[in-house]
Amino acid sequence: MKALKYLIIGVVFGIVLTKSEAVSWYRIYEMFQFQSFHMYGIIMVAIGTGVLSIQIIKRNQWKNSKGALFFIPPKEFGAFRYWIGGLIFGLGWALIGACPGPIFILLGSGFFTVIFVLIGALLGTFTYGLVKDKLPH
Amino acid sequence: MDIFTHTWHWAISGFLIGVIMLSLNYFGKVFGMSTNLRTLCTMAGAGKFSDFFKTDWKSQRWNLLVVVGAMIGGFIATHYLHDDSNVTLNPKTVAQLEKLHIDAPNGKLLPDALFGSEVFTNPKILFILILGGFLVGFGSRYAGGCTSGHAIAGTSNLQIQSIKAMIGFFIGGLIMSHFILPLIF
Repeated sequence: MKALKYLIIGVVFGIVLTKSEAVSWYRIYEMFQFQSFHMYGIIMVAIGTGVLSIQIIKRNQWKNSKGALFFIPPKEFGAFRYWIGGLIFGLGWALIGACPGPIFILLGSGFFTVIFVLIGALLGTFTYGLVKDKLPH
Repeated sequence: MDIFTHTWHWAISGFLIGVIMLSLNYFGKVFGMSTNLRTLCTMAGAGKFSDFFKTDWKSQRWNLLVVVGAMIGGFIATHYLHDDSNVTLNPKTVAQLEKLHIDAPNGKLLPDALFGSEVFTNPKILFILILGGFLVGFGSRYAGGCTSGHAIAGTSNLQIQSIKAMIGFFIGGLIMSHFILPLIF
């Protein structure tokens, strides 16, 4: 039962991302070409929903399922890693039109050639682990 | 059934993504898809090569379940909720893609030019797919998160680091889409 809720959240996530077409290479291309509002609308409403809800939750000190206050750990301090890491991510995102969530969703949908994108993503993650101490953060 | 099979409106989709992130917060977890790539490396034994992968992957089991669910969700949506009207792009975008020799969607989610079976005979396509994945995997770990962890979860919490990363995502995406893609195709 504990596991089931995560599975259900995942199913909803997979359906929403597919039916909103956020998993589509075409939609990502269209977004970066500024030729549609669709993707910007999705991102802005998602963030707006999040910002508003989290502000309300924090102000009213609502508790989570474990009876503790909601807690989202802050990201580590840094500058270079966010700008440059973000830029590298963006280059890949616009090239293959998929970020990590959609890579898995598309594979599940049966687009089997996406396996090569997953292999690349695992290699990229692994490479970061090897060289991370040499990189500026 | 039309409301389920047609392209979902951005406002409904965005709201639901926000709710998904919040429901994970409610269960004491934080939305983040790229962490699963690290977990998969750990499970494959990458800890032998770098301490970065010496993590307890069992603490991430919940996130792997979200991934399995997302794969099932993708399957349901593409096989049972499909409609030929899906992925209707701006006609300008379609014309531009034609110049790049990329096929129009006509209801498909992915272009055959990149994701078709040509990958098995054309090393250039294979290279593009692996390289794109590599940049996504490397970049998300370097930046400490991807679209879900930074753009949605971090920004919702008004974290300045996530806003920096998100600006980075967009600068990289614009460079690729406007200057590099036309050179590749």
